[in-house]
Amino acid sequence: MGKKVLVLGETRDGQLRNVSFEAVAAGKKVAQGGEVIGVLIGESVSMLANELIQYGADRVLAVEDAKLSQYTPDGYSQAFMAVVEQEQPEGIVFGHTALGKDLSPKIAAKLNAGLISDATSVEEEDGAIVFTRPIYSGKAFEKIIVKDRLIFATVRPNNIQSLEKDESRSGDATSVSVSITDLRTVIQDVVRKAAGGVDLSEAKVIVAGGRGVKSDEGFKPLKELAGVLGGAVGASRGACDAGYCDYSMQIGQTGKVVTPDLYIACGISGAIQHLAGMSNSKVIVAINKDPDANIFNVADYGIVGDLFEVVPMLSEEIKKLKAAQL
Amino acid sequence: MNIYVLMKRTFDTEEKISINGGQIEEDGAEFIINPYDEYAVEEAIQIRDAHEGEVTVVSVGSEEAGKQLRMALAMGADKAVLINTEDDLKEGDQFTTAKILVEYFKDKEVDLILAGNVAIDGGSGQVGPRIADMLGIPYVTTITNIDIDGSNVFVTRDVEGDSEMIKTSLPLLVTCQQGLNDPRYPSLPGIMKAKKKPLEELELDDLDLEEEDVESKTKILDIFLPPDKTAGHVLKGDLTHQVQELVSLLRSEAKVI
Repeated sequence: MGKKVLVLGETRDGQLRNVSFEAVAAGKKVAQGGEVIGVLIGESVSMLANELIQYGADRVLAVEDAKLSQYTPDGYSQAFMAVVEQEQPEGIVFGHTALGKDLSPKIAAKLNAGLISDATSVEEEDGAIVFTRPIYSGKAFEKIIVKDRLIFATVRPNNIQSLEKDESRSGDATSVSVSITDLRTVIQDVVRKAAGGVDLSEAKVIVAGGRGVKSDEGFKPLKELAGVLGGAVGASRGACDAGYCDYSMQIGQTGKVVTPDLYIACGISGAIQHLAGMSNSKVIVAINKDPDANIFNVADYGIVGDLFEVVPMLSEEIKKLKAAQL
Repeated sequence: MNIYVLMKRTFDTEEKISINGGQIEEDGAEFIINPYDEYAVEEAIQIRDAHEGEVTVVSVGSEEAGKQLRMALAMGADKAVLINTEDDLKEGDQFTTAKILVEYFKDKEVDLILAGNVAIDGGSGQVGPRIADMLGIPYVTTITNIDIDGSNVFVTRDVEGDSEMIKTSLPLLVTCQQGLNDPRYPSLPGIMKAKKKPLEELELDDLDLEEEDVESKTKILDIFLPPDKTAGHVLKGDLTHQVQELVSLLRSEAKVI
């Protein structure tokens, strides 16, 4: 009675993204003992098959073509639909990334299927596969099922525990040949703003700045702290509106919704708009001069003080700790 | 150019959410145009002003959405269409909305459809791409810039902070990301003019759709609020001590560093 489930293995800079391993774990739940098939799409991706298997896929199908070197909805949907036609799956799981968000509705439309976007958990309840997903930017949650035979979902990064990597696992990796035609959107150039940085949605640690940061220069100590912790830098709407940083860094109801292990809010007052984007973080630290700032109401730990004093001290202290651990 | 905007009426971003009888409590809440759809309305107006044509704003929802459609007309859209499903549908999902809109667009000459990249209530971001696929036109999501030159379209797409420069062509559907523009506030003359602009109201019948044609593919079992965060531990003492204590707590108690 197990289902056959396809899981898209998404790559970034030639590496599989963590969310893909989490998607494999979600795919296992959806499969209910059935087969989980990893799907790799790109110009040259088949060498990643083993890693996907070590994280729990039973076998891997790779679609390789020069026209798939960059993601386009037309190219990737042609590739993925070829796999769907060959395998006739009863489940599909993608990561809820920029790519997953963009591609999944197109595949769902082609399959005339329901789609549960941005799931934060998958559980079996009385034989049914029940997904939990945030609504109203995390101010509430819903439990939801797909009514049809095909279960299709995207999973939010950082929420579903991936399986332990098992290097002894093996499985078949085969290629599916598809002729990719008619790409109606063509990527002419990519400007890397997030250069070298960690993507906010997948970051385990986020250091975020608000109006209290006062200028774009004021983000410097935050960047240093994020660097020490291997995390990413985010911002409140206030900081973006004031022009201290790019809107791509905004966390909140408009902007990104994030759930890192550690969220350090610096000079952020904690407007409801911002809380909607980060209050489900596992541990929240607030640093603010104003002891009455609302952010302290959701923080696990708080320091009342000037971020320009506290943040550099924090970086130093953590550096010392890391050095001691070596 | 025939420009269409897909618009959703949503809760105000500042509203607190409460639950009553398994449903989100709507009584007394303020409603607005979904903020991402506001970027779409603004961009549509700017494109019309630069290239001529007509902006039609379309919403699927209840009678109440008429208010947000009037707001879009006051901003400068030319026409509005409300597809009122209040009497026909108890529940619907993204499949439902997409199917209804595709039926609406079937006999329309469409050059450009703009939508928000996500609605801040449901948060799935599915409807735009679904419609584009069902209409057989290309789409670009989360755009932060668009230039139209004849039938060529140059779009900047936000991809997790990076920017993709994309070349595509009309007809096209795009979904709008923050940073695309600064939506205008309706002016007083705009509000007066909006009262005279056409707001057409349709029901499923008018689109030759039966309830079962658009029946949702998913079913919500429960809606609940996240557990209340209790205010945490505000540290005391001199700053150096506080920072040391914080690092120690993060390491041994919270186990996150």
